[in-house]
Amino acid sequence: MSNQRPDGITPSQTVGPYFKYGLTPNGEYEWNDAFSNNLLTPDTSGERIRVEGKVYDGDGAVIPDCMLEIWQADSQGRFSDPQDKRALPNSSFKGFGRCGTDKSGGYSFDTIKPGVVPDADGKPQAPHILLAVFARGMLLHLYTRIYFDDETANAADSTLALVPADRRATLIAKKTGGNAYTFDVHLQGDNETVFFDV
Amino acid sequence: MTLLYPLQSLAAHPARLSPDYRSTVKRSPSRPLIPMRHTLSELTGPVYGHETVRANDNDLTIQAKGEPLGERIIVHGHVRDEDGRGVPNTLVELWQANACGRYIHVVDQHPAPLDPNFTGAGRTQSDDRGYYKFITIKPGAYPWGNHHNAWRPAHIHFSVFGHSFVSRLVTQMYFPGDPLFPFDPIFNSVTDEKARARMISSFDLENTKPEWALCYRFDIVLRGRNATPMETK
Repeated sequence: MSNQRPDGITPSQTVGPYFKYGLTPNGEYEWNDAFSNNLLTPDTSGERIRVEGKVYDGDGAVIPDCMLEIWQADSQGRFSDPQDKRALPNSSFKGFGRCGTDKSGGYSFDTIKPGVVPDADGKPQAPHILLAVFARGMLLHLYTRIYFDDETANAADSTLALVPADRRATLIAKKTGGNAYTFDVHLQGDNETVFFDV
Repeated sequence: MTLLYPLQSLAAHPARLSPDYRSTVKRSPSRPLIPMRHTLSELTGPVYGHETVRANDNDLTIQAKGEPLGERIIVHGHVRDEDGRGVPNTLVELWQANACGRYIHVVDQHPAPLDPNFTGAGRTQSDDRGYYKFITIKPGAYPWGNHHNAWRPAHIHFSVFGHSFVSRLVTQMYFPGDPLFPFDPIFNSVTDEKARARMISSFDLENTKPEWALCYRFDIVLRGRNATPMETK
């Protein structure tokens, strides 16, 4: 039975309000975390950065029960996945992180500025981090991208070029001093973040 | 625009704005999503080491000093992609309410008892052919505030990764024949009947363990890479 071709994928359902003790316990529940919001390992090379922000709903209210996941290349643009056929990373940097929002809708990731990854035509993309957003009230997670406001490569990025100019700023994290960038997510409303149909 | 992971597969998913589920009204984007070509960033995904899953993380009945109350069940199935290929070594996480329909989450105030011997969280990795197995307790139905006398059908939350970041799936497994199905806006947010049926586990008598536990089978189908033709019977 299992060898037959399925008639479609399993539909998505909301992560709901009660995922924390299973997916992001973070010391508050007696279950260990499979993933953390700190992607750094002692042997990770590259520019160490923190990306932080808040998640808002369509009323502008913060979302305290949201889960964010990121996926990114290392500082040399390589993914920790054998499907990336180029030179494999030489560190234990995994490139995947997970963070639940706190009571004020806040999140943060400690990671490195990713390197250059080719686009579908082989042209260089500006450094970016993929972000997936899950929450109660979201039947299907949303995908967006985090770019950086101090990268001149943004101007030539083929994905940013698809986004209407007046909305591009929603995809660009702002350097706030030191090694920190701010990237807020607005699920809806005037400042609605650009989400991608991928 | 031809994508390695065709967007047509996504038609099975619920609409993000499904007003019968009230919380979607302020948590779904009002502007159309922007189509783009998949790059290496979308086509790769996390790989896990052995440190992610410990030996008994897939048995939710032995995490505490005593045994949890409720009906012990085996939940197992095959993680595969829509081309029919098994998805090996992928992380499968689950979380659920206890037998009384109560979550240990501090926000859950349903006046049903907590079970000191049941947390309700588990994880495992699919084997080299894509099969996974959990031992747990059948969760109870519970009320929620969506509308008057709203009850969620009994369900187990699943989180699965698959081959790439765009094959990521969070879903809920339901139990066959639940009388609450017609009344649940989350279950019915999936409007295609066949797609809804893929969220319902099947009673698996063959793999029931006599004198010990009933068994349910829940196969999980993730997006596949560009629908290579397969033999079908």
